[in-house]
Amino acid sequence: MTTAVLLSKVSRHFGPVRAVDGVDLAVREGEFFAMLGPSGSGKTTCLRLIAGFEQPTSGHIEIFGETAEGVPPYRRNVNTVFQDYALFPHLNVIDNVAYGLMIRGVARAERARAAEETLALVKLPGYGARRPSQLSGGQRQRVALARALINQPKVLLLDEPLGALDLKLRENMQEELKALQKTLGVTFIFVTHDQGEALSMADRVAVFNDGRIMQIGTPQEIYQRPSSRFVADFVGSSNVLPPAFVQRAIGRAAWASLRPEAIQIVAADGHAATVRARSFLGGLTRLSLETQGQKLIALVPSNGGVPREGETVCISWKPEDLHVMEGEL
Amino acid sequence: MRAATTSAILPGRGGVSGALSDALWRNPHILLVLLLGPPVLWLGIVYLGALFALLAQSFFSIDEFSGLITYEPTLKTYGELFQPSNLDIILRTVTMAAAVTLAAAVIGFPVAYYAARYAVGPWKALFYVGVLLPLWSSYLVKVYAWKLILAKEGILTWAFAKLHLVWLLDAWLALPVIGGNSLSVSYTGTFLVFLYVWLPFMILPTKAALERVPTAMLEASADLGATPAQTFRNVLFPLALPGIVAGSIFTFSLTLGDYIIPQIIGSSRLFIGQAVYAHQGTAGNIPLAAAFTVVPIMIMSLYLWAARRMGAFDAL
Repeated sequence: MTTAVLLSKVSRHFGPVRAVDGVDLAVREGEFFAMLGPSGSGKTTCLRLIAGFEQPTSGHIEIFGETAEGVPPYRRNVNTVFQDYALFPHLNVIDNVAYGLMIRGVARAERARAAEETLALVKLPGYGARRPSQLSGGQRQRVALARALINQPKVLLLDEPLGALDLKLRENMQEELKALQKTLGVTFIFVTHDQGEALSMADRVAVFNDGRIMQIGTPQEIYQRPSSRFVADFVGSSNVLPPAFVQRAIGRAAWASLRPEAIQIVAADGHAATVRARSFLGGLTRLSLETQGQKLIALVPSNGGVPREGETVCISWKPEDLHVMEGEL
Repeated sequence: MRAATTSAILPGRGGVSGALSDALWRNPHILLVLLLGPPVLWLGIVYLGALFALLAQSFFSIDEFSGLITYEPTLKTYGELFQPSNLDIILRTVTMAAAVTLAAAVIGFPVAYYAARYAVGPWKALFYVGVLLPLWSSYLVKVYAWKLILAKEGILTWAFAKLHLVWLLDAWLALPVIGGNSLSVSYTGTFLVFLYVWLPFMILPTKAALERVPTAMLEASADLGATPAQTFRNVLFPLALPGIVAGSIFTFSLTLGDYIIPQIIGSSRLFIGQAVYAHQGTAGNIPLAAAFTVVPIMIMSLYLWAARRMGAFDAL
């Protein structure tokens, strides 16, 4: 399998700030790769290093086997969908989309035709004559996507492209982006701080914190087997259990994670827990429990008798659901 | 709980100001009239009124024997503008204004770009002081200082001599039209002083326009394959154009109307401003002076119309 983008021991420092600090990463060709992390975790800087807007302080970057350090953005066959779209306000939609072709000297009629085709691909046909200011957020996003795709990049970089959209639109676009990536087979590298977005769309996820990669893996691996407290906490709201508690549970002193939905309420043969608070979420109800001085969050089905606040219940989980985080030893 | 002691509707504040606040809140248009009335009256009557009175004068003519104004509508005075000597004045002024504007745009852009994109902290302060300080000193002091700088015995000639470049200066002064006996009595000198005096008026609006261009826009252009030169041509310049046009309105109209600089520095041939000054003063030909003032107004209107047609304001 070809490696599309390779980062080895890449750092980018801004004065004393280590925005990216020794990152190793290999994105495979045709992969939908997500870079997930809180703001300021270095994921966007990493994307900018791949696009060429930033140069690494140290380390090595390869794009399809070719060295990328010192190569300006305009010589990289990599295109970006910017966070706030960065559409050119003085050009109409067709000219925005066809910008890359215009730069390469493609004749006017041909680039207009190519732009219409690309707009149809992102489901925005017939909007060519409008100005970006006349479009809604979702439409601008599609124009930005078409503008980046028209150059047929080897890698498409997306910097929080759905951040400015409302929930309903975001969910639609997630599906569309995923489908588009499947159709085109282009490598997508997607930056987001929304763990749900990363888990639902990506083939693989890299979780960033403080300029470092905490864990790389498939969404299932990241979710079910987080390697550290940070990942367990950031990806979903897992219960992070301290060594003392785990010692009592499985006889081994180590940090462990326990997914809220893995906790079941049983009739007997479990840990006694007090319900501190509960909130109705629709199909599920979220319970704040306390057992042996440890706070736990549980998600239980709303239809089976949900305990009330202050009630004492018996809780249990399958041994394999208690995941020991080897990265925290 | 403090809320328990107060009712849902608070009592009036009382007094004149309280009553006035309530009344103005209920009738916001009265506030608008009070605020806008005086400046609109001032602009409408004193400023525009005077301008229209002036324009009306341009449709009268002067009786050549008595030197008195004939108050009958005629286009005769406008016809006089097309006499070769007057046409020369117009052409000279417009050419100078265009040259000054073009040079100010070319010199001002890099300065504005640096200030908008790179200057931070003390460098930004230095930029503002550097650009604005010349505006704080008297215009006449600056013009006379330039007269000394440009004079044959001045520092510029001295510097050229030290650099063994007198031949270059002499060759320049030997050129027809723009040359002369010394820089201070040539069109080149007039041009340099105009450029110096009006340059800040080009830099500041250009800087403001450049500051509004997001960095992401330039990155997007590079990302799509544009070299820095292509990005300048296709993105940066079109987006900065409204600012450059705003600056050029200042430099162009200020040069068109100025009557002091060409009087002190240059070849003593008249510019529009000087012609207006001469005709309404010593010559007493108010109609021709008024007709002359219409010329810059027409030129500026044409210029703005053309700029609009060319899409200079599309990015606004």
